[in-house]
Amino acid sequence: MSRIQALFNRKKNRVLNVYCTAGYPELNSTIPVMKALQENGADLIELGMPYSDPLADGPVIQASGTRALENGMTIAVLLEQLRNAGDAIQVPVILMGYMNPVLQYGFERFCADARAAGVDGLILPDLPEFEYESEYGAVIKKYGLDFIFLVTPETSEERIRKLDALSSGFLYAVSSSATTGKDKDFDTVSVYLKRLQSMQLKNPVLVGFGIKDKATFDTACANANGAIIGTAFIKAIEDSQSLPETISRFLKSVLEG
Amino acid sequence: MQTVTYQQPDVQGYYGQFGGAYIPEMLHRNVAELKERYLSIMEEASFQKEFQMLLKDYVGRPTPLFLAERLSKEFNSSIYLKREDLCHTGAHKINNTIGQILLARKLGKTRIIAETGAGQHGVATATVCALKGMECIVYMGEKDIERQAPNVARMKMLGAKVIPAISGSKTLKDATNEAIRDWINNPVDTHYIIGSVVGPHPYPDMVARFQSVISEETRWQLKEKTGSELPTHVVACVGGGSNAAGAFYHYLDELSVQLVAVEAAGHGVYSGMSAATSQLGKPGVLHGSKSLVMQTEDGQVIEPHSISAGLDYPGIGPLHANLFASGRGTFLSATDEEALQSAFHISKTEGIIPALETAHAFAILGKLNLKTTDRVVICLSGRGDKDLATYMNAMDI
Repeated sequence: MSRIQALFNRKKNRVLNVYCTAGYPELNSTIPVMKALQENGADLIELGMPYSDPLADGPVIQASGTRALENGMTIAVLLEQLRNAGDAIQVPVILMGYMNPVLQYGFERFCADARAAGVDGLILPDLPEFEYESEYGAVIKKYGLDFIFLVTPETSEERIRKLDALSSGFLYAVSSSATTGKDKDFDTVSVYLKRLQSMQLKNPVLVGFGIKDKATFDTACANANGAIIGTAFIKAIEDSQSLPETISRFLKSVLEG
Repeated sequence: MQTVTYQQPDVQGYYGQFGGAYIPEMLHRNVAELKERYLSIMEEASFQKEFQMLLKDYVGRPTPLFLAERLSKEFNSSIYLKREDLCHTGAHKINNTIGQILLARKLGKTRIIAETGAGQHGVATATVCALKGMECIVYMGEKDIERQAPNVARMKMLGAKVIPAISGSKTLKDATNEAIRDWINNPVDTHYIIGSVVGPHPYPDMVARFQSVISEETRWQLKEKTGSELPTHVVACVGGGSNAAGAFYHYLDELSVQLVAVEAAGHGVYSGMSAATSQLGKPGVLHGSKSLVMQTEDGQVIEPHSISAGLDYPGIGPLHANLFASGRGTFLSATDEEALQSAFHISKTEGIIPALETAHAFAILGKLNLKTTDRVVICLSGRGDKDLATYMNAMDI
């Protein structure tokens, strides 16, 4: 059983996954940010691998990626940071990124090295299910990594079932068809999440896109196993003078209000 | 026996190893709907009737195939110019936008978005949106907006809203990212008119089909003039590759016809300031398809350089990537300087001021070792009015 699956066996509600761009705000912030997240209540950490052309991300996350690239972040550097961190990070770690840098690194080499560096799962939003099934899924499985597909309110029931079947760890429910960082109408989101709940899916569901504070986190958690915070977190640490303090305050505001 | 075709992708959108639809789930429904319906809509009689009428009466097709006598004499062969520069709006781009606007209406869409680099595709999109009374939003890199003021003014005059892309390098690739994001955020009412044979399947095939009118006409026009539908060479410039896809299309599986794609070498292919993707690119994923992509060792996309904004793109359509990888296509390149010289030469030799993009295609004629029996078709993809500022600068006016 993977660490992600073990987490959801243990905790079925209010699971908090925080997204942070690797190498942001400084090249060597990655591990300190992860430690602070882990100490202050994050159950999972999603690390963004910065890319020059991140289609599915909004301006805030793209800007953090641009800064991380300027800082010198690459897949190789990130995996080295994770390897060097050793056992310091106990919460499950997911790498999120785009296909092109992964293909250049070498897809199988990437999976092998990520696994060796303690990574638990992957989110590659521009890897479609056809290519996953025909080529890449077997490699991901070979190295024991979970792979998380996205579903949206526009995704048909048949397709949700298919993506759920292909996913392991959890299913990522995009709260509306939008890039990251957009505000959402949460009444509509609740209807969509209830529909997902009623489908009795194989995987737990985490809600992403539009979660920014306790109110939106609570709404998401009312109808799903938890939520993912990205843009709001990146904004919070952008000008931080002390990452541990800022992160502690931010997570407290999300979890406790 | 399995017939190899260079013309159409397989059911998943692959030309050989290139193509596919590498898109986030948020775009799945739109792209899947397009994939499911584009061929049947294009075959509908009502679609074809209006499409053909507009190509004839609005765009001004068929465009002439002109025997360029002085140029032919200079290169000791027969050189024919396919006059896409005479299309309404001054370039081939409108063949595609006419097709896609009609398709968007059949899909029930009310809002149109597009990306543009030099502004030619933006103008062609704004034009058809005005024609059909549809809302039009064009994404354009902030840097390109500064460089291409006349086309920005044209788009605005035609009623389009031009939104600057301020992310990344603020040029065509970023305008494309912004347009894709807009589509993600507006999945129901919006159709995205991509301007080249790039993007997720079915865009490369759809745009190639709309542009294929170029070679469809060339075949019968050449037969009228020479008795044969087949030239020995077809030459076209390639950025993303839409005019080349159209000029090559009905010759792709005629293996006797040499297909010559001319890329922009900028300051020189290996100068670090180039847009010659077939020479410098590696297989990768950009804007929704697998193709050749100019990128760093870490897989970050490189900002290319060309004097011609229309060729200044770090990728190449998957159809062309397959022509390159399979050897079916001949890929040559011309530098900024060679393109400029060629633009002046063609202007004085044939009385036609070509677009800078097109000038690249003319610049390689000397490298083809032409014989007297050769019949060369060059796709004269656009006229040079938009490049006057660059030409004036080069003439020191």
